Amino acid sequence: MNASERYEVVIGLEVHVQLRTQSKLFSTAKVGFGDAPNHNVNELCLALPGALPVLNAHAVELAVRAGLATHCRINTHSVFARKNYFYPDLPKGYQISQYEQPLCSAGWLDVIAAEGEAAQRIGITRIHMEEDAGKSLHEGRAGSAVDLNRSGVPLIEVVFEPDLRSARQAVACLRTLREILRYMGVSDGDMEKGQFRCDANVSLRRHGESALGTRREIKNLNSFRFAAAAIEQEVAAQAEILDAGGAVVQATLGYDVDKGRCFVMRSKENADDYRYFPDPDLLPLKLTQQRIEAIRATLPELPEQRRARFEQDLGLRADDARVLTASRTLADWFEVAALAHGAPQTVAKWVLRDVLGALRERDRDASALALQPEHFAKLLALQDAGRITAKGVRQLLPELLFEGGDPETLLRARGLEAVSDSAELEALVTRVLDENTAVQKSYAAGDTRALNFLMGKVMRETRGRADPQRVRALLLGKLER
Amino acid sequence: MAAPIASLIELCADLESGRSSAVALVENVFARADEVDGALQTLLHPRRAAALEEAAVSDARRAAGRLRSPLDGIPIAIKDNIVQAGEPASCASRILEGYRSPFSATAVERLRGAGAVIVARTNMDEFAMGSSTENSVRGPSRNPWSLERTPGGSSGGSAAAVSAGIVPLALGSDTGGSIRQPASFCGVVGMKPTYGRVSRRGLVAFASSLDQIGPIARSARDCALLLDVLSGADPGDSTALPEAALESHRALDGDVSGLRIGLPKEIRETPGVSPEVLTKVEEAVAELERAGARSLEVSLPHTRFALATYYLISTAEASGNLARFDGVRYGFRASSDGGGVTPMYERTRSAGFGDEVKRRILLGTFALSAGYYDAYYRKAQQLRTLLLRDFEAAFQHCDVLALPTTPQPAFRIGEKTGEPLSMYLTDVFTVPANLTGAPGVSLPCGFQDGLPLGLQLMGRPLEDATVLRVADAFQRRSEYHLQRPPL
Amino acid sequence: MPRITREQVLYTARLARLRLTDDEARAMTRHLEAILDYAAQLETVDTEGVEPMSHVMALETPLRSDAPQAGLSADDALANAPGSDGTHFLVPKILDSETQA
Repeated sequence: MNASERYEVVIGLEVHVQLRTQSKLFSTAKVGFGDAPNHNVNELCLALPGALPVLNAHAVELAVRAGLATHCRINTHSVFARKNYFYPDLPKGYQISQYEQPLCSAGWLDVIAAEGEAAQRIGITRIHMEEDAGKSLHEGRAGSAVDLNRSGVPLIEVVFEPDLRSARQAVACLRTLREILRYMGVSDGDMEKGQFRCDANVSLRRHGESALGTRREIKNLNSFRFAAAAIEQEVAAQAEILDAGGAVVQATLGYDVDKGRCFVMRSKENADDYRYFPDPDLLPLKLTQQRIEAIRATLPELPEQRRARFEQDLGLRADDARVLTASRTLADWFEVAALAHGAPQTVAKWVLRDVLGALRERDRDASALALQPEHFAKLLALQDAGRITAKGVRQLLPELLFEGGDPETLLRARGLEAVSDSAELEALVTRVLDENTAVQKSYAAGDTRALNFLMGKVMRETRGRADPQRVRALLLGKLER
Repeated sequence: MAAPIASLIELCADLESGRSSAVALVENVFARADEVDGALQTLLHPRRAAALEEAAVSDARRAAGRLRSPLDGIPIAIKDNIVQAGEPASCASRILEGYRSPFSATAVERLRGAGAVIVARTNMDEFAMGSSTENSVRGPSRNPWSLERTPGGSSGGSAAAVSAGIVPLALGSDTGGSIRQPASFCGVVGMKPTYGRVSRRGLVAFASSLDQIGPIARSARDCALLLDVLSGADPGDSTALPEAALESHRALDGDVSGLRIGLPKEIRETPGVSPEVLTKVEEAVAELERAGARSLEVSLPHTRFALATYYLISTAEASGNLARFDGVRYGFRASSDGGGVTPMYERTRSAGFGDEVKRRILLGTFALSAGYYDAYYRKAQQLRTLLLRDFEAAFQHCDVLALPTTPQPAFRIGEKTGEPLSMYLTDVFTVPANLTGAPGVSLPCGFQDGLPLGLQLMGRPLEDATVLRVADAFQRRSEYHLQRPPL
Repeated sequence: MPRITREQVLYTARLARLRLTDDEARAMTRHLEAILDYAAQLETVDTEGVEPMSHVMALETPLRSDAPQAGLSADDALANAPGSDGTHFLVPKILDSETQA
């Protein structure tokens, strides 16, 4: 019997998401990634004496979008507070965050842990705005080095209710959140750049118990794989303690990626006393209901809504709709093409197999598509009209997808125009039959391979530009006569 | 012998008539400083060469008829907690040893934009924490009226430099009385504007919800001219008022007819107030009544809790504001002896801060810490609400409040250093203006044993001009502000 | 019962990253006790239902547009640093026990 059968696993997530802004949360310094150390800083990022914070309007809008997209209540009055602690990458000696009065409260997310399973509604306690710290580098030095480029970068922290019951569900929840926030343009959510980081609170209790067990928090999980592995490992570790009759002691853990295991960073005895209080350098953040509605009006369709619409209005299968809405860029591209073409299911078939296949082959995502979706629709329309074969489409696609262009022009340039002229094709079939009277006789004697041989001849003559079905029909018509 | 420098109004006239030049004024400043500042210790980091250069440029502007403002070419000293690009800003603390600011305070930008010539920085209590300018790493400043007494604080250097006639104008900062109390002790005029009137950008924060930069000068009129230049909205300070710059000097018409002056009855009930102080305040109000004002008694029942409220709120905010002084990015750093970064922090901050700063950081940290927040910090915030209601009610009945600036005249150096609480009690009449955001001005209203006494006038928030108009009206009818210390 | 004990003063000093000698701890305890005794007068005021005030300004925090502006050059940023290698601020090695997530 494994741990999750003996115990109920309770997981709560806290996710830090970097907002997609040009400048920092409270200063006009640039937000960048990979720049030389201490280049994107100004007096506030360095907490120079006399420096003051002023709030970035776009960061507020993005945070509100995040709240609306996750069904939160947007609070018209929220307060920035100081979280006080000393650390070399925290220049002011406090982080400006929100504490008692966050921007968003009481939302939820529907999470499907695995294909075919029912969606679970996971509660969101709150979403608040805060600034990021800088970076301390410890590797291979006698001392530590501090880079403050990241100091003050805008974040939201999404705090989930402890509604999750497995590592798998937790990861699905993270994926869903990331997908939505990317969709909404709230964040690029690039985990390798630290734009989407997660802390997981894990506790176990006996099935049927209502009180929560003692929790331990795993900090800074920066990939889905590590999140799953760390949570699973922590569940096993806590089960082992409880099995042995022990008690879990509250602690903060880190996850050692190389060793693949959690380690204790801080125990409860030296728990922090952050002395939160309202930041007197800032006034309350107030939003009118009108402003909130105006932001709501600019929200793109949520992925779950779009999926439903693709199924109902475009008649796509659920699985296909899911794949096509996985990224907003792909969904937008597909939708324009489908509308332009008029037969969404045909377009979906081509996108799912050939377009995604080409992207996979090059390890790119939909943002790499240079082909206008209208041109893609046109290409498929040419095939519908018999002016290019399916094979021809496949021949042209890689170039068109990544370089763009008018498919009709390219099709001519490459001489891939289908032989659709009936008279031309009929003449060709007649000529091939005349040149192969011996094969005709074999057919008449019952040798069915003879038909394939003749088919091959005709197709070779057209260099593949003829529709095989039509060639076959013509041949049969003449042979049977 | 260098004469004390004249008031701003007189200097403007001298410059306009060509009797003097900006260069001559700067020379006057440093000649006077050479003579008296050895004893007073008011100026830090004099900018002799730079100031003379800037004065020459101002003179050239004047010759070309391109003056920027009435302050063009006027020398001014600024408190050491207001940053200027390329200049030191030590806040009179060891922990900012060697620091030079790469940016200028908005107030400094406005002064320079107006053509004023910044001649020096002034001594202060470390990080503006104190009421005597004794808590300075550079040693105490002294009171021009009596060298064994303090000039008050924390803007003691600014007030004493104006009083001694070294500069006609100075900037101070006022968190709980730090402009008004030293102005009172030194016999000059000092004003804490309405909270938000002057941008705090570039003012090294002590308590952000209380701090204000303000003018110190020889007269209410001079203060008004300087405040008009300093004031105005600033997108760089979230707590700055969105209002345009003041034109308060235009409001100084000497007319106080019909003005209602409120006298808080709680003043007389405050322990330790000198009878002389009360008498002089009453005489000043009587003078204004002769000019057409009338007085009435008002009640501010929660003012007796104001000082305790102030010390809890200001130290809590300070404990956060002073966390940035950690020896990482600037200033003094002590060695860590290889024990990690925490010992480095502790040694840096323990050696870098003086006792009063440490005491206030500890008090503020304690007031915010787990288990005490509600009893101390939150309770003080609630008292602040009650105090504001008192003042709003009082201002229903009167236009300004008149009260002493301090319970006693200047005390002796060393007299209160061992007992922090008795030092704090000197702020009892000044902290309410900070807690309620109201404008307050201190102006000379008499002497006790040869030491100046201050009348404090408070107005409704935003009514800075009213307060200055009443102060100016009094000065048109009195000569206390024209007295010079016996230097 | 004292309002603040020596242990509390030492705990608070640790939070504030201050190190006190025995003499300083004794003096600070005495001073803080006197100040807190004075502040105890606030306990006599009934503040039930009174909104705590963080700011006298009844305004909302202003917003600025998301337009980056040139900040400090790296040289200027590091100019005041007591410890620097020309690109980073250098501090004593942060110990594992000091690590903040």
